[in-house]
Amino acid sequence: MYVYDQYDQRIVDERVKQFRDQTRRYLAGELTGEEFRPLRLQNGLYIQRYAPMLRIAVPYGLLASRQLRKLAQIARDYDKGYAHISTRQNVQFNWPDLEDVPEILAELASVQMHAIQTSGNCIRNTTTDQFAGVARDELVDPRPWCEIIRQWSTFHPEFAHLPRKFKIAVNGAVQDRAAIEVHDIGLEAVKNAAGELGFRVSVGGGLGRTPIVGSFINEFLPWQHLLSYLEAILRVYNRYGRRDNKFKARIKILVKALGPEVFAQKVEAEWAHLKDGPLTLLQAEVDRVGAFFVEPPYEALEDQGALLASLDAEHPGFARWRSRNVTAHKKPGYAAVTLSLKRTGVAPGDITDKQLDALADLADRYSFGEVRNSHNQNMILADIRQDQLFTLWNELRELGFATPNIGLLTDIICCPGGDFCSLANAKSIPVAEAIQRRFDDLDYLFDLGDIDLNISGCMNACGHHHVGHIGVLGVDKKGEEFYQVSLGGSASRDASLGQILGPSFAQDDMPDVIGKIIDVYVEQREEDEPFIDTFRRIGIAPFKERVYAANH
Amino acid sequence: MQRIIKNGQVIDESWHLLPKDTPFESVSNSDDVIVPLAMWLEHGRALTIRDGGLGVWLESDEQVEDIADSLQHFQVIALNFPVFTDGRHFSSARLLRERYGYKGEVRAIGDVLRDQLFMMHRCGFDAYAIRPDRDPYDALQSLKDFTESYQAAVDQPEPLFRRRLA
Repeated sequence: MYVYDQYDQRIVDERVKQFRDQTRRYLAGELTGEEFRPLRLQNGLYIQRYAPMLRIAVPYGLLASRQLRKLAQIARDYDKGYAHISTRQNVQFNWPDLEDVPEILAELASVQMHAIQTSGNCIRNTTTDQFAGVARDELVDPRPWCEIIRQWSTFHPEFAHLPRKFKIAVNGAVQDRAAIEVHDIGLEAVKNAAGELGFRVSVGGGLGRTPIVGSFINEFLPWQHLLSYLEAILRVYNRYGRRDNKFKARIKILVKALGPEVFAQKVEAEWAHLKDGPLTLLQAEVDRVGAFFVEPPYEALEDQGALLASLDAEHPGFARWRSRNVTAHKKPGYAAVTLSLKRTGVAPGDITDKQLDALADLADRYSFGEVRNSHNQNMILADIRQDQLFTLWNELRELGFATPNIGLLTDIICCPGGDFCSLANAKSIPVAEAIQRRFDDLDYLFDLGDIDLNISGCMNACGHHHVGHIGVLGVDKKGEEFYQVSLGGSASRDASLGQILGPSFAQDDMPDVIGKIIDVYVEQREEDEPFIDTFRRIGIAPFKERVYAANH
Repeated sequence: MQRIIKNGQVIDESWHLLPKDTPFESVSNSDDVIVPLAMWLEHGRALTIRDGGLGVWLESDEQVEDIADSLQHFQVIALNFPVFTDGRHFSSARLLRERYGYKGEVRAIGDVLRDQLFMMHRCGFDAYAIRPDRDPYDALQSLKDFTESYQAAVDQPEPLFRRRLA
């Protein structure tokens, strides 16, 4: 993974110093709460319901074992012994004291980490495929490009106060695991007929209050021009994006108002001035950054099909885990393993300090010392030898990481919700838990197959409910917490937004509602048909009829 | 007289920032004035033949393109920040410097606070009318917040990746 040089380190160290002084001035009354707010937000610090929340950047989800150990130590020393993996592949602490934050940042800086631009109206953490670099269907490794974008976007002086937050995602594989079409800018690395690298550029996607699938405005942007083109898009947005209403301030509203063609023309006109200027990327820089993402020292191995099949036969639990939590690897004899942070009874995405330490050890022993966070709020050991899968599985079981539910109904994406977040209309964690308890029969879950269930506690959509096959949104109904259900969303290459089923439900009814939806699917599905395909075939009506039948 | 930060120093100066509703007839012949864009667009010719110094100021939703052809007439271009979180004029300043080659003073006015100065400087501002209730000497400190930056901007036309390779 990328390693800081003196420049990167200096910028992060100076940031710690700057924020230490900003915090001091706030506590001394020299900065008002209103003035401190954007400053702390651009450093990931929210004032929450009970305590501040500090969001730490994990650029494109990559973590080294020493960084995991530092996070474990911070969880112990400054928090209540756990951390939370967010849907932007970042890490959040829910209980730090505001006075301690400068010190936490100094600790992070010692392992090349920071909290820069993890919130606020600026360019956020660039996200990508959690299987980048190891996926079999990968055409281009997106990680060097994410790092190049990270550096360009870090403290970009012109875009320090955008109309609203701004999220970029990069995909380089056949499947889109980075959900690029629901980002402010989505980049798909592609090669043209001549074999040259470039990017398809989507703009104006996003979730939140007005969910929109992005529009592709450039089918092939040669890689040399990536930064100048991004700068042109951001400049058009910074100048012309709405600032009168924060709910209409995202770039998607501007793209929609102008129409994608006109927006693209404005970008082209701006780009004409910037193109071929100093922002033009050089092969030497791409090589420099790319050198941090070369393959680790893989051994020449064979796939272990026979061994694994015999272990499967002997240990059904292993077979089950392998079928859900183990992903094919581009190297023969290797596999990528997803650790489930979705064990029933634990808030989705939460991980304790002890687990973080243990995971760091596993990474060192099994996977070249690296771990990834996924936007589905799980963690990945990406380079596991197939002949070590069985011993790893046994270790993971002891640590509570081996729940074989990746991609299943209980692998719920869920925001912290009303238990922590002051924006939320409703709690989300207890709803996730009630659904997980209702569907605790593994055989049944396996039979249901791939279903994305996403829960957001409010329309800011941190839980990505719009793109859940089943989406759940917490709403306020006369001061009470209710839940609106939508069906048919998808964050994949064929991205689509869910359709609202109908009137919202009380919290206690939610497991039954999901149960009825699942019943309709089971009755209507054709052989091996996944939930989303059945939904697309039969539409929302049969689900609506069943769920609301008792109410008529 | 008012105190502003200019070229990294706190100085006293006597330019008059004219509010939007100032009648053109009341503009003195000899004062140094910064006029609202609308007055410039309507009375440009008359303004240029005054004896006093001339500047223009833009509201946050006004565009530098509207003055791009007349930059030679202005000693000062002031860009207003109605709230410090309105970042439109960060782009305006860069455009004035990088696209239109403006060499005069680019001044930040309005809700101008210490913690914006470093970014403003990078975008091409060289003068800052710090909000009157704040100490401009304190604010000066923030120009030194960072000694290195990744991006190309007005203060550093080469992005770090080019300098790293050099």
